Amino acid sequence: MAIVYEKSKGLTDVELHYCPGCNHGIIHKLVAESLVELGLLDDAIGVCPVGCSVFAYKYFNCDMQEAAHGRAPAVATGIKRTHPHQAVFTYQGDGDLASIGAAEIVHAAMRGEKFTTIFVNNAIYGMTGGQMAPTTLIGQKATTCQTGRTKEQAGMPIRMAEMLSTLDGCVYAERVCVTDIANINKAKKAIKKAFQKQMNGEGFTFIEVLSTCPTNWGMTPLKAVDWLKDNMIPYYPLGVIKEVAPENAEVK
Amino acid sequence: MTAKVTFNSDRCKGCELCTTVCPKHIVAIDQTVINRKGYHPAHVTDITQCIACASCAKICPDSIITVEKF
Ligand SMILES: Cc1ncc(C[n+]2csc(CCOP(=O)(O)OP(=O)(O)O)c2C)c(N)n1
Ligand code: SF4
Ligand code: SF4
Ligand code: SF4
Ligand SMILES: [Mg+2]
Repeated sequence: MAIVYEKSKGLTDVELHYCPGCNHGIIHKLVAESLVELGLLDDAIGVCPVGCSVFAYKYFNCDMQEAAHGRAPAVATGIKRTHPHQAVFTYQGDGDLASIGAAEIVHAAMRGEKFTTIFVNNAIYGMTGGQMAPTTLIGQKATTCQTGRTKEQAGMPIRMAEMLSTLDGCVYAERVCVTDIANINKAKKAIKKAFQKQMNGEGFTFIEVLSTCPTNWGMTPLKAVDWLKDNMIPYYPLGVIKEVAPENAEVK
Repeated sequence: MTAKVTFNSDRCKGCELCTTVCPKHIVAIDQTVINRKGYHPAHVTDITQCIACASCAKICPDSIITVEKF
């Protein structure tokens, strides 16, 4: 009898508090599996956001630090600079990263801080009950735009991976999703590559993961997957947004 | 192939994601059972058809599925 798949050693045995079908759980396990497969689990330090994944420090089986809302990149900067040989990551939602923490992520990327950010874009503030995020799509309903977001009132949704890619300090940005096995495999490959580039000292690495929020989107988990494919992927295209060749990255 | 798929059913949230990825269409929600969380948990309907691909386990957000093969 050989084990083909079991819960990752990179996760604790604590039961996840996420809603049924919430993609946060899938994204957690991909980060955990990547750290284990790269032999980095014992050297990893994660920084949690404020948002539904606020309790991620209970789930990852490595050192974890909680940050104030949006400030994970600032905290990770301090951790990475004082522990340059550890694998440091932030795990942040779109409200956390693209609203209140927009300045922190932009400046960390600009400085080329050598940590990895896992950006979970579910186009909404999940934890607080479904308010509009900067990533909420045009026409998408939220408690603070009950007839749907409009361009006139809120502008067009922000594409963080593309925006951060304009900064020289950002050496790798890829957008992935976890809707099916092929995409889950691609997402894990991207996360592993980001950690490898970090450990090579190449610069700031950013993985945007499109994610579902069945509860606040008001859908079943399966309908939410379809909604993500039909609505999010056309606006937030999947794939590598930026990749600087290692020889062109400023390795310090 | 002889395969074994184990569900930590107490922790299943009945989200159905695992039912969408099985190439053999043998993962389903068991409507006859209600677990301690109040959900109908997922199960395998015909283990003899399982190819131990672990797709069901990989997509489970709660990581409650273990797949083994002989
Ligand atoms: C300083 C501060 N402002 C506002 C809040 C309220 N708040 C908590 S979580 C959150 C947004 C969470 O959304 P997101 O980052 O997208 O995470 P999700 O829950 O969707 O994963 C907000 C505004 C807070 N906790 N602290
Ligand atoms: S509210 Fe949304 S993001 Fe938060 S756990 Fe539930 S489904 Fe996930
Ligand atoms: S291991 Fe593969 S074949 Fe077996 S039940 Fe799971 S998804 Fe189906
Ligand atoms: S994916 Fe996991 S939690 Fe969801 S129904 Fe299947 S076994 Fe249960
Ligand atoms: Mg969100």
